[in-house]
Amino acid sequence: MNVEMLMTAAYIVAALMFIMSLAGLSKHETSRGGLAFGIVGMVLALVATVASLVLNLLGTPQVLIGLGLLVVVILIGAGIGLWRARVVAMTGMPELIALLHSFVGLAAVLVGWNGALDSEEVPANLLGIHHAEVFIGVFIGAVTFTGSIVAYLKLSARISSRPLMLPGKNALNIGALVVFVGLTAWYVVTPELWLLIAVTALALLLGWHLVASIGGGDMPVVVSMLNSYSGWAAAAAGFLLNNDLLIVTGALVGSSGAYLSYIMCRAMNRSFISVIAGGFGIEKPAAAGEEETGEIQEMDAASVAEMLAAADSVIITPGYGMAVAQAQYPVAELASQLAAKGVKVRFGIHPVAGRLPGHMNVLLAEAKVPYDIVLELDEINEDFASTSVVLVIGANDTCNPAAAEDPSSPIAGMPVLHVWEASNVVVFKRSMSSGYAGVQNPLFFRENAHMLFGDAKERVEDILKAL
Amino acid sequence: MTRIGVVREQDGETRVAATPDTVAKIVALGYEVNVEKGAGAKSASPDAQYEKAGASMVTTAKAWSADIVMKVNAPTDEEIGKLEAGTTLISLLSPALRPELLEALARRGVTALALDAVPRISRAQSMDVLSSMANLAGYRAVIESAHEFGRLFTGQVTAAGKVPPAKVLVAGAGVAGLAAIGAASSLGAIVRATDPRPEVADQVRSIGGEYVAVEVDEKMESSDGYAKATSEAYDRRAAEVYSEQALDVDIIITTALIPGRPAPKLLTAADVASMRPGSVIVDMAAGMGGNVAGSVAGKRIVTDNGVVILGYTDLAGRLPQQASQLFGTNMLNLLKLLTPAKDGQLHIDFEDVVQRAVTVVQEGSITWPPPPVQVSAAPAGAAETAKPEPKPKKTMSRGGKGVLIGIGLLGLLAICTFAPAPLPQHFLVLMLSVVVGFYVIGKVHHALHTPLMSVTNAISGIVVVGAIAQLASPNLVVQILAAVGVLLASINIFGGFAVTGRMLKMFSKGGPR
Repeated sequence: MNVEMLMTAAYIVAALMFIMSLAGLSKHETSRGGLAFGIVGMVLALVATVASLVLNLLGTPQVLIGLGLLVVVILIGAGIGLWRARVVAMTGMPELIALLHSFVGLAAVLVGWNGALDSEEVPANLLGIHHAEVFIGVFIGAVTFTGSIVAYLKLSARISSRPLMLPGKNALNIGALVVFVGLTAWYVVTPELWLLIAVTALALLLGWHLVASIGGGDMPVVVSMLNSYSGWAAAAAGFLLNNDLLIVTGALVGSSGAYLSYIMCRAMNRSFISVIAGGFGIEKPAAAGEEETGEIQEMDAASVAEMLAAADSVIITPGYGMAVAQAQYPVAELASQLAAKGVKVRFGIHPVAGRLPGHMNVLLAEAKVPYDIVLELDEINEDFASTSVVLVIGANDTCNPAAAEDPSSPIAGMPVLHVWEASNVVVFKRSMSSGYAGVQNPLFFRENAHMLFGDAKERVEDILKAL
Repeated sequence: MTRIGVVREQDGETRVAATPDTVAKIVALGYEVNVEKGAGAKSASPDAQYEKAGASMVTTAKAWSADIVMKVNAPTDEEIGKLEAGTTLISLLSPALRPELLEALARRGVTALALDAVPRISRAQSMDVLSSMANLAGYRAVIESAHEFGRLFTGQVTAAGKVPPAKVLVAGAGVAGLAAIGAASSLGAIVRATDPRPEVADQVRSIGGEYVAVEVDEKMESSDGYAKATSEAYDRRAAEVYSEQALDVDIIITTALIPGRPAPKLLTAADVASMRPGSVIVDMAAGMGGNVAGSVAGKRIVTDNGVVILGYTDLAGRLPQQASQLFGTNMLNLLKLLTPAKDGQLHIDFEDVVQRAVTVVQEGSITWPPPPVQVSAAPAGAAETAKPEPKPKKTMSRGGKGVLIGIGLLGLLAICTFAPAPLPQHFLVLMLSVVVGFYVIGKVHHALHTPLMSVTNAISGIVVVGAIAQLASPNLVVQILAAVGVLLASINIFGGFAVTGRMLKMFSKGGPR
């Protein structure tokens, strides 16, 4: 038995651990076990890798630099990672995850570059393939890196979340891919450093453009798409380094991210392929003249409180506005007070509510809302008709009746929460502006809809006071 | 300052045109309010409360001599005699039915606003006294019938035997009808409802009733929000439905009214005779001629076969406090509309459809009827078909998909055939992992998407393994780049796992906490 064999064995076990980890995370009951599997797998892989590194380095001149660097950077990285994880607000989760994706992307780029700079050991017959692998790895990594950075900037509102509309953006994307293939072929034949620089720059630009041309409302898809990309970047690094563990893990992450994106796309009634390709055909609403308008009914917090106290059942449908206003705590308090009064309170979560898949669930969980009253679109849509009051807190497009009723609407066919079927709907909103899809919401003009304007947190607190 | 007089009603009327609550708000509009002594006595609003609200209590003569006189019912001839020329009278006037009343008012030289002539448009709902009164009347009709009915409304199984639930038929699902359906079903009765307008079926069901359709090949669409007279074929079929229902139900509440016409006859003497003894009929249209043969306005009649027919016309007035409050609020909302500047000056604007419609006599000349207002209460059937068909989505044909899949498989085959040693194994590992990834994630709970994503994020930090291996390189540049890679990836690993742990800790199941 030598160290290489031990390492291979450790990698196989680690790969299995990762699979079990993902499997565990698909249910609440097993989710903590899943996390534990993931950590154990990671520790196993790291220990094996470090052990082999140490044995490789012993007696060579780089031993001190190599090991010293390793210890220092892991300590720094762990420190930064744990610190960020501790201080991040649950509302800031989308930004953090986008940022973490960019790290994987950049790390993959660096691994790729190293592979190019340090290719002496590669057997001659594999050299061409090695070069191609370098290129693919760097390309995917760089796209992930800039894409995630742009997503991070958009999510943290450091740049406008408006989609960038360059002329012929599809041609640009496809052109970039064609150029990439061309450069790869060229590099396989004559491996020159400037080609590597060129392809890195090209990929960085492509990643930036892909995400920049997607609007803020589609961010849940973008984040899970980048998650998928970061997986493929790791898999590409695995090919480059001849490392099966990287391939397995990268493919797991890549395919699971892609599947999540697919779920999101279905929830928004968009084509999966066009999302993966980025900048999916965002059309501006064509017929602005036909927009439904009418009179709205405003209501004050005290009347809402009265209505809630008299209700049999209440469904709360939160959206991004709840996250922005940090209203999850008062909302949870409201839910528990109503439940104490014998009102049946449930939450209805649209798959793309918020800026991250499952964003609302995390926020509600943070505020200690029991997860068994937090239901999905399909579970709760039937029940709206028999509900006394629906509170729409900071959501807009996800409960737009136009999607279900108006075939000419830009969001026609997107599954939405049928809140308007309830006896009363109270919409918490900062102003009458439209949602991310840029579509007017006829819900506000319905006879059973009441508007409660203002900051969602303050309004909910007002209601709590009035109760 | 404009003076408003709130006068006492004739005997038999329990309501009052303003409550202490609304008086305070009228005062806030800039008016001086005089309330006739004892005006609110029957609706539990003593004089002291009016005074507290800012009104002064005055004699009958003083109240009638105000600039604006507010009243519930139309004035009698004697009362008209008390009005001074130039006074504005606001009350119920039934302008369509009582032309002689309008003439009398015109002769007197007053301006008369009919609260019951408010058009049925959404903006005017807050002044629609007919709706607010009908709502109360519908509820009260059920209570009156329950009082006469010698049985429970709700069905029960008791040790002493089974009690069947009462069956209630509500004819006409307007405001009164819907209120009656709601009240009866909340008492536990089985409620059925008929209405010539099929679009109300959903409203009936929404408050617990069962809609009994009269199947005829024609539709009733009303353009002004009220039911219209029906056709002959419809009437024949409807008569059969009522006869069938009369045999079956215990209580019938009829609410059918057509504005400006006598109420339609729905139940014949034979239908009434076919009902079981002890059954109750409430004819809410008795004041307008009645929906039921044998009903007498304002009276309780018992037929030969023991069926009680209630023809009360003061059903809303039997809930005097609430009726006065709602009536007063409708009145207040009209005043608000007529006092745009809140300066205590009444200003009637004939350009406004609501104000035009309620003004039935203006300074001695009759201004009834107003030009018609069209409201589209019925779903516009024609407009719907004109809508463009949704554009069919561009989807790839089956053949196209097959070809693409074929090309992909061939490509993979080619690569694996010609690629040298380690590559095919790598592809095998890759493909198996992709498949495993899909299946493992397939059933993930929606709420766990975020933790899942942060865990996959941490796991994809496995790229650190590659970077660590590269640390062994003799090339210093490579070593440094690798170190940066390790740094980034380890942020990912530690941060990702830690944040997932934090999130999972928050998810907790319900139950006592």
